[in-house]
Amino acid sequence: MISLSYFLVFAAALFCIGLYGAMARKNSVAILMGIELMLNAVVINLIAFWRFRTPEVITGQAFAVIVFAVAAAEVAVGLALFIAIYRQRQTIAADEIDLLKW
Amino acid sequence: MESSTLVWLLPAPPLLAFFLIIFLTNRSKGLSHTLGILAVLLSFIGSMVIVVLGLRSGHLAEEPFTSVINWFPTGDTWFQIGVWVDPLTVATLFFVAWTILMIFIYSVGYQNYGQPKGDHDVPGLPPHGATEKDEHGHEHRVPSIEPMYSRFFAFLALFSFGMYVLVVSNNLLTLFVGWEIMGLCSYLLIGFWYAKPSARAAAIKAFLTTRVADVIMLLGLAYLYYLAGSLSYDVIFSEETLHLLTETGTPFLGLSAAVVIGIFLFIGTIGKSAQWPLHVWLPDAMEGPTPVSAMIHAATMVSAGVYLVIRVFPIISAGAVHGEPTVTMNIMAFIGAFTGLFAATIAVTQNDIKRVLAYSTISQLGYMIAAIGIGAYVAAAFHLFTHAFFKALLFLGSGSVIHGVEHGVLHTDEHVDPQDMFNMGGLRKKMPVTFWTFLIGGLALSGFPLLTAGFWSKDEILADAFAQSNWAVFITLAFAALLTAFYTMRQITLTFLGQPRTEASKHAVESKWTMTLPLVGLAVFAIGAGWLGITNDFPIIGGLLPNYMHDFVGETLAEHPEAIRFNWIPLLTSLAVAFGGLFLGWLVYRNVSAGEADPLEKPLGPVYSLLKNKYYFDELYDFIFVRPAYWISRNFTYLWLDRRIIDGFLHGVARVAYSLGGLFRNYIDRPIVNGFGDFVGESVKRLGRGARFIQTGRIQQYMVMALVIAFGTLFYYLFFLAQP
Repeated sequence: MISLSYFLVFAAALFCIGLYGAMARKNSVAILMGIELMLNAVVINLIAFWRFRTPEVITGQAFAVIVFAVAAAEVAVGLALFIAIYRQRQTIAADEIDLLKW
Repeated sequence: MESSTLVWLLPAPPLLAFFLIIFLTNRSKGLSHTLGILAVLLSFIGSMVIVVLGLRSGHLAEEPFTSVINWFPTGDTWFQIGVWVDPLTVATLFFVAWTILMIFIYSVGYQNYGQPKGDHDVPGLPPHGATEKDEHGHEHRVPSIEPMYSRFFAFLALFSFGMYVLVVSNNLLTLFVGWEIMGLCSYLLIGFWYAKPSARAAAIKAFLTTRVADVIMLLGLAYLYYLAGSLSYDVIFSEETLHLLTETGTPFLGLSAAVVIGIFLFIGTIGKSAQWPLHVWLPDAMEGPTPVSAMIHAATMVSAGVYLVIRVFPIISAGAVHGEPTVTMNIMAFIGAFTGLFAATIAVTQNDIKRVLAYSTISQLGYMIAAIGIGAYVAAAFHLFTHAFFKALLFLGSGSVIHGVEHGVLHTDEHVDPQDMFNMGGLRKKMPVTFWTFLIGGLALSGFPLLTAGFWSKDEILADAFAQSNWAVFITLAFAALLTAFYTMRQITLTFLGQPRTEASKHAVESKWTMTLPLVGLAVFAIGAGWLGITNDFPIIGGLLPNYMHDFVGETLAEHPEAIRFNWIPLLTSLAVAFGGLFLGWLVYRNVSAGEADPLEKPLGPVYSLLKNKYYFDELYDFIFVRPAYWISRNFTYLWLDRRIIDGFLHGVARVAYSLGGLFRNYIDRPIVNGFGDFVGESVKRLGRGARFIQTGRIQQYMVMALVIAFGTLFYYLFFLAQP
């Protein structure tokens, strides 16, 4: 049986990859993908904890489903925004979209 | 209904009418006078019922109709007020009710009810007349209705209320309340035509003059209350109280309390009944409309003064032993007799028809005061009783004359004074009813023998003075009676006899029935009222009629006054002065032609102008009282007290407050309150300026920051807070 720490290590690695992607990439879509990775790392954590600690209740699964739904909605909104910005400015590079400042 | 309950109700209708007219019906003239007359008619009927009950009770003096209620607590007892009807009240009630009713009816005509509105009449001035077209298209000037008609009736009603309260009250305090209500109303009514400066001045003069006396009277009441512990008649006129009052000494010249109180109360009467030296207000009070003059000078206010001294006669005479008059009585005899003669001399030279009557009133009131002064209680009450009728009659008659002549003035457009008797003459045929009634009143005033009321009452006073061998009073009053007859005949001759001296008097017309009816009503009493007091041993007719005045009114006193023996000398004296005065008056004035001066002017010389100017009392008082009062009020009160002290103090306060405000502003409001507000705003601004470099708009920088803060928080939590 694979122990809990494997899952946690895996999730931490996945989170770090996602974080790196979100931090380092210029392309907004890639940043979004990084964020998705981080979200999924969190979901793995949730599921793992649920499986190993409280398998008798359904909470962990429900939480995971809600996070999927939120992530999907977020992607939908995010992509729509990127398309709109691209149409305006012909770019989706994150460091060029810096209008929201003083 | 208990008779005392009815007495309580007597003053109510006029008061009710006053409020109803003021608040509800003042727009409707007809409704207002209907209300007013209805109210006094109710009081009149009630009064007559009381009079009849009183006469029939037989022992009213011992058992007056009375009832009391508690008014306000004084310590552990109550101050009680109530009503009191004894024979004196019955007599007073009788003439008060009659004259008031007559005056109300008369006012309807006098204030020109039913006439058109004036062309340019304004409230506050007498009506100036209206222009009317008859069927032929001719324009006529006719009298116009009084603009403040309803208000007039409201004031009259309040006045009547005051008089009824005064008459029926059982104690001196509510008497004083009625007394002051009348004082207020006389002020309002004398100044009724308030747009006339002379009316305003007269109103103020009357008010202030009587106020001077009233204050002293109030002191007397206070002193009496202090000593007797009550102001109710049954207490203060009881043996014990009178004894106490005569025994108590006072610091004033060693006089007894009875004398001091008597004098103080009498001073109230001096003011109210216009005795010398406070007589000056009454002639000026003629500025009011004529029914007011009658109301004030005959029926109510001035009678109230005499009523008071008759009422408090037990106090005034307390301590008199065996016909020896008290100090108070001596003072009263002097002032009364002096005023009687003094005012009569002035009346001789006055040309204004109402002013003659005003001085005549002062003179007649002097008679009554003098009568009280010599202890002639019944005679004083009798003369008060008859005088009320014939003087009201004369005033109303003079009003009717003025009204008629005013009509002539409007008709002819002649500019003459409709009140000046030298502008009249020959009105006998134009105004027959007024003439005959005025003649009756005049004869009664001058004491025309046997027939008229004035003869009986005046004769009684003279007889009393004679019986006591009080020669000074007797001779003074006899001489005053001569002058009275003289100026009365002068008035009648100038007004009614001979030929008209102006166009206006040629076109005078008789007044309406509303004015002549009261004249007739009062004329009946100007004759008949005297028959109620004929002494029993008068030759031939004595004893034919019961001597109500003596047997009934005289009962009011605890010790019944003895009837004086009949004597020929006072009778002959009064016959002589009455006929002599009348004859002389007719002789001197029968042939006065238009524009001619008074026939007395030449022979009397400087005396004439002295009398004409009323002994310069107005000028004297102006010099002694009015001008110093003005000077003090200007220089002391206004310039020094008001401007310097009070205003100075106020300005000082303002200045201190101003500089204190400056201090607050400079040292508290601006630095602290404003400073704090500014500091908050400025700090936020500075913080924002310092923090805004973080806001780069670069999303990944934000993420780094979030990461750093998240890790920082995590570390902090794990390493410092979450220690096991």
